[in-house]
Amino acid sequence: MSAESTVSLTTPKELERVPLVQNKRNFSWISDKVSYICESGTPLWWWLAFLPCSAIAVFGLICIGYQISNGVGVWGENHPAGWAWDITNFVFWIGIGHAGTLISAILFLTRQKWRTSINRAAEAMTIFAVICAGIFPGIHVGRVWMAWFLAPVPNANGIWPNFRSPLLWDVFAVSTYFTVSLLFWYTGLIPDLATLRDRAKSRVSKYLYGIFAIGWRGSNRQWRHYEMAYLILAGLSTPLVLSVHSVVSFDFATSILPGWHTTIFPPYFVAGAIFGGFAMVLTILFPARLLYPQLDDLITRQHVDKMAKIILLTGSIVGYAYLMELFIAYYSGNQYELFTFLSARIGIDNDGWYSWAYYVMMFCNVISPQIFWIKKMRENYLVVFTVCMFVNVGMWFERFVIIVTSLAQDFLPSSWGHYSPTWVEIWTFIGTFGIFLSLFLLFMRFLPMICMFEVKLVVPEADPHRHPVDKEAKH
Amino acid sequence: MADYRKVYGLGAEFASSADLLVAAEKVRDAGHTKWDVHTPFPVHGMDKAMGLGKSWLSAPVFIGGAVGLLTAVLLTCIPSFGLYPVIVHGKPYDWRTLPAFFPIMFELTVLLSAFTTVFAILIMNQLPKWYHPVFNWERFTRVTDDGFFIVIEARDPKFSESKTRELLESIGGKHVTLIHD
Repeated sequence: MSAESTVSLTTPKELERVPLVQNKRNFSWISDKVSYICESGTPLWWWLAFLPCSAIAVFGLICIGYQISNGVGVWGENHPAGWAWDITNFVFWIGIGHAGTLISAILFLTRQKWRTSINRAAEAMTIFAVICAGIFPGIHVGRVWMAWFLAPVPNANGIWPNFRSPLLWDVFAVSTYFTVSLLFWYTGLIPDLATLRDRAKSRVSKYLYGIFAIGWRGSNRQWRHYEMAYLILAGLSTPLVLSVHSVVSFDFATSILPGWHTTIFPPYFVAGAIFGGFAMVLTILFPARLLYPQLDDLITRQHVDKMAKIILLTGSIVGYAYLMELFIAYYSGNQYELFTFLSARIGIDNDGWYSWAYYVMMFCNVISPQIFWIKKMRENYLVVFTVCMFVNVGMWFERFVIIVTSLAQDFLPSSWGHYSPTWVEIWTFIGTFGIFLSLFLLFMRFLPMICMFEVKLVVPEADPHRHPVDKEAKH
Repeated sequence: MADYRKVYGLGAEFASSADLLVAAEKVRDAGHTKWDVHTPFPVHGMDKAMGLGKSWLSAPVFIGGAVGLLTAVLLTCIPSFGLYPVIVHGKPYDWRTLPAFFPIMFELTVLLSAFTTVFAILIMNQLPKWYHPVFNWERFTRVTDDGFFIVIEARDPKFSESKTRELLESIGGKHVTLIHD
């Protein structure tokens, strides 16, 4: 063998990385295109989207007011299904938030640079989803004016809340999650608000962006602490996000109800939360990308492909958890557990009142994302969007299946009871979508949707040690 | 009129982060102490080029986290073991139930650490500070877009209007400008 062929055998051609920002854009291009969204006037489509969303939000709030003034009886919940849509919606929304924290914290710690162009929008989504989630535990207590019983203070009789209860852990977990997410989000916003401040033309926007940019001037003595703060917040958020849905799952897992009393719940819930959250990130980013085609170079095919892969991975974990639950129900030899899974959920002997929901869940969450094994499907936006819609539906049904099938048909057939939602419940849930989308539209309109300073950081010319050959960047 | 105003320092603009890094090393080697580098994003290796050590933010955050943990221990243990032990479902309520408080301890540790992180960087970076002399320099608005700047303050012991200007020009600084307070 000649020396030449040996060399070609032992040193394979180096694969080129796909650039994160396409078309070699430079720094000011990034600031221009992202800031333009906030600086240009309100487009017509924005009003067309915002008005119906805010109307739905207001109607949802009216439903909440109706429920508070009339009592929780206006909902379909009754014995034995004392939890139904309320807690389903709570777990659904809180789960959606998890993708944002995963993108902003876990992908930051693992140095996944592609996160930079989607983390801001995903974190905003986290905050708005947690706001929607927080509504339900507050109002489902019935006597809302007693909601302060959730706080760790003694009541008038000197009785303290039960600190050993997972419901109280949940109060701590969710409020900490919301607060830390908000702090993390705002910390990340400061340098970009300074960009908007420095570009602002009108007095009002100069003043408002100026106030919230708190006088940021990009000094390295500030960046030094800022970067450390970002790292610490990411480090804190990582275990936090894993803990939040674990604690939510404890609400169920620490009870003795068949279908709830399982040790697989914490990892299963966390994987499901990330799964559903990524689907929601894509659900929101597709329209945003269509409406702002100038962002195509920042939110690229690569991002969609990677998120589709995460959906495939977490969807498969969720599928594994579903099957493992079934196996353990069989393996435990517990007849109640077996009944819940085989009869109430799968519907053997036609005993399952809600087994249709189980099949919706199975199809949407386990089968539909498997299409992402095929690269062509991950590249087809219509397919990705459709699967994401399936996942959104499936993840809501997962919580419905867990909560309602276990409660409606538990140990004694004599204490079984049907459950169906009333219009108030349905519209309260639709109303939270209105709140979520209205807040997101306001965010898109007034705040930089893409983290400009972090995207600038992944452009090759940001690297002070880079090779001088690729020095030219085009406008 | 500008003549009456106090001089804050001299600022210079640089073409790229690579140029800025080399320039910062030279300013450091010239023995300046009261100066800063302004960039649209954190530049890798700039702390070393400026002669700055690692951020000591982790120290206050550790204290904040410890306070959070201690708060949670006291908040859960004092009522549950002392003030009003709640007996639910006949379950045990002695010291062996301590693990039931771990979630709250974890959450409060994270919560107070996060608050400390944010408030500590605000204090360490002296923010909010809505007025700063560098904002008087027109070119400086580009710092949040694509501008790379070095500003040497007049209170630096080695500052002299002519010599510092010379230094900034010799290391490739453009638009060297006197910044007034």
